[in-house]
Amino acid sequence: MRTIEIQEQQEVYDAIVVGSGAGGGMAGYVLAKAGLKVLMLEAGPFFDPAKDALQLRWPWESPRRGASTIRPFGDFDAAYGGWQLDGEPYSTVEGTDFQWFRARMLGGRTNHWGRISLRMGPDDFKPKDGVTDAWPITYDEVKPFYDKVDRMIGIYGTVEGLPNEPDGIFLKPPKPRLNELFIKQGAKKAGVTVIPGRGSVLTEALPGVEGRGTCFFCGQCGRSCKVYGDFSSSSCLVIPAIKTNNLKVIDNAMVREVLTNDEGIATGVSYVSTKDMQEYSVRGKMVILGASACESARLMLNSKSKAHPGGLGNSSGLVGRYLHDSTGSSMSGFLPQLLERKRYNEDGTGSVHIYSPWWLDNKKLDFPRGYHIEYGGGLHMPSYGFLDWVPAVNGMVAGKDGKKKEQGGYGVSLKNDYRRFYGANVGMAGRGTALARKDNYCEIDPKKVDKFGIPTLRFHYKWGSEEVAQAKHMQETFKEIMHQMGAIVTSPSYGPDTSYGLDAPGYIIHEGGTTRMGDDPKTSVLNKWNQSHDCKNLFVVDAGPFVQQGDKNLTWSILALSMRAAEHILEERSKLNV
Amino acid sequence: MDRRKSIKVLGLTAVGTGLLVESCQQGKPEKEAAHADELKKLPGVQDFEHERNNTLNNERYFDEHEMATITVLADIIIPKDEYSESASKAGVPGFIEFMVKDIPDYKLPMRGGLKWLDIQCLKRHRKVFVECDEKQQLAIVDEIAYPQQAKPEMQQGVAFFGLMRNLTASGFFTSEIGVKDIGYQGNRPGPWDGVPADVLKQYGFTEDT
Repeated sequence: MRTIEIQEQQEVYDAIVVGSGAGGGMAGYVLAKAGLKVLMLEAGPFFDPAKDALQLRWPWESPRRGASTIRPFGDFDAAYGGWQLDGEPYSTVEGTDFQWFRARMLGGRTNHWGRISLRMGPDDFKPKDGVTDAWPITYDEVKPFYDKVDRMIGIYGTVEGLPNEPDGIFLKPPKPRLNELFIKQGAKKAGVTVIPGRGSVLTEALPGVEGRGTCFFCGQCGRSCKVYGDFSSSSCLVIPAIKTNNLKVIDNAMVREVLTNDEGIATGVSYVSTKDMQEYSVRGKMVILGASACESARLMLNSKSKAHPGGLGNSSGLVGRYLHDSTGSSMSGFLPQLLERKRYNEDGTGSVHIYSPWWLDNKKLDFPRGYHIEYGGGLHMPSYGFLDWVPAVNGMVAGKDGKKKEQGGYGVSLKNDYRRFYGANVGMAGRGTALARKDNYCEIDPKKVDKFGIPTLRFHYKWGSEEVAQAKHMQETFKEIMHQMGAIVTSPSYGPDTSYGLDAPGYIIHEGGTTRMGDDPKTSVLNKWNQSHDCKNLFVVDAGPFVQQGDKNLTWSILALSMRAAEHILEERSKLNV
Repeated sequence: MDRRKSIKVLGLTAVGTGLLVESCQQGKPEKEAAHADELKKLPGVQDFEHERNNTLNNERYFDEHEMATITVLADIIIPKDEYSESASKAGVPGFIEFMVKDIPDYKLPMRGGLKWLDIQCLKRHRKVFVECDEKQQLAIVDEIAYPQQAKPEMQQGVAFFGLMRNLTASGFFTSEIGVKDIGYQGNRPGPWDGVPADVLKQYGFTEDT
């Protein structure tokens, strides 16, 4: 009979960090810098953007020319993973939907994200409308950590003094591209605010920060940056933390369970090596989960013991509950005035050059909260499918001879149309607040396991009327901006049958809320320091602790809260006895 | 590190990219491309991705007749003109052969569409598409290249031609020849100081817009 031996490591680390993305990376970095001995476990392989980024590759270097067959954002995108992973399924309850994006690699999804770095505001932490629960902390309590993150990692933007859109400590933003000048003009006429973007890209040297290059404007942040000119957890947190000699990374380590003793205190974790399929366990004085909101919840629910019969830290029964993504809806078109535009390099940064922060008063609207708008279009690097829209619209505008052509075509005439329309495209996408609801959740599927034998997640997520109303408002706004800048809309007209183009939950990859923080152990999983109410040496530092995210994209808040939790751990170590 | 140093660091990378450009498949005639030498594995490409690329590259889906038809069609869609070469010169047929294996949902519409085209030509001229003369070929293409004009009985051909056209444009304008043709100026380190002054002026914007 074949026996499985669990290889137990006896060394006791000061902290075990599960996951190496924004949350895990920041906690590991802060603790290692302070001299703690930290072990970080990552389910995917080691990834160093300096060596592994596909930045500056040409489309013909991919046999599929960058098509999204394997990687959802195309062959050159940095994320190893996607909405489906081979051998690691998840399920959804009938009549509900959730798309779960996972990146298995050092740095996780921070290697490919849009670098759009927005602070949540005072009203996001303490809502005035009473629609969702308040956080146990205020913006003012988090602000010093946002400030530190700005200084440590770097962010461009402009000081605007807008309500609930706090300013940071900014590097200079990139100037708008040509399409963006038209967008600004059109949006202004439509009554929509547009301001310079806020992105974690070093548009200039960051004072006091060594080992990172400044941006050279290739527009490819999504591929991760070889000179570390943008924020990835791999390049900016984990690799520098390794250099302190206090942080060790074990990659290809899929954590199975958090181990606890009879008193319910965490003693370490067990994991399976995805390379040799052997079982291991490691010991630590505390365990910090940063595996992503749903993966950390899964891990806690799978860590059952006598002291934690419903799963680790789940006496409230709320682990996995209040799952929420952002809303998303989009529109695309082209600007006839940009046909046959002059060619020049407008790659710019790979983050946003402009955006629209939420600009309206909800008292006059039929939905709570709001959304921001991200814009796109222009003379981008050719990739699979990038001109597919041209033969669908070339009959919409008059040609050089003043006559309209028949739509479609072939030959020299079509070849000229591709040249004529290239770079005239324009797009906009809303990213809004989806409400955190107790009834939207993930749980352990009672019947299924993944290829490692780990029970998998089952999702239960439905949009409410608030999200649909928001998407409707997005479509109306986009239409008006398009109209005001003289653009022709080419995307389908989304009506109630498609919930106004509202993307499936999970599609925007902003999921959070599954281990929410709060003062009352009955209505929350963690306290305001990201610490489990039930297990004092267990912390969660990904987006799980979010009570309710604003329309601000998660990453900058994950970083600030993880830094805050890690500094708290350092201050309280003796008291916490960890 | 300032921008100049960033670019210096990248110098090494740029050399690597250059070598890869030479060794890559694009630009080779399709017969050679189908012969599948081992594809070059770029750093950062995962093992399973590379294996899949090679496996697909070594399979053959289209037969010689189908490839010949694809080649003629691709060059009808994107012919040589005063600015650049034709689709087949840019390796489009080999690219389409790869893509239908990569996205298997394209296999049937492409194979069936090619057959549909041949049957149409057989009915009209007792010849398959590639054996028809240019005038005959363009006459049938005219009936399937304009979706809003096409007769109801030609709609299957319209759908096929739409897919063929998109694959051809993707293959051509992402090739080295096509990227040069479309005039893309980026993918190289440089400064970004906003829209050039002459372009601002052309569209009536001022420096501080």
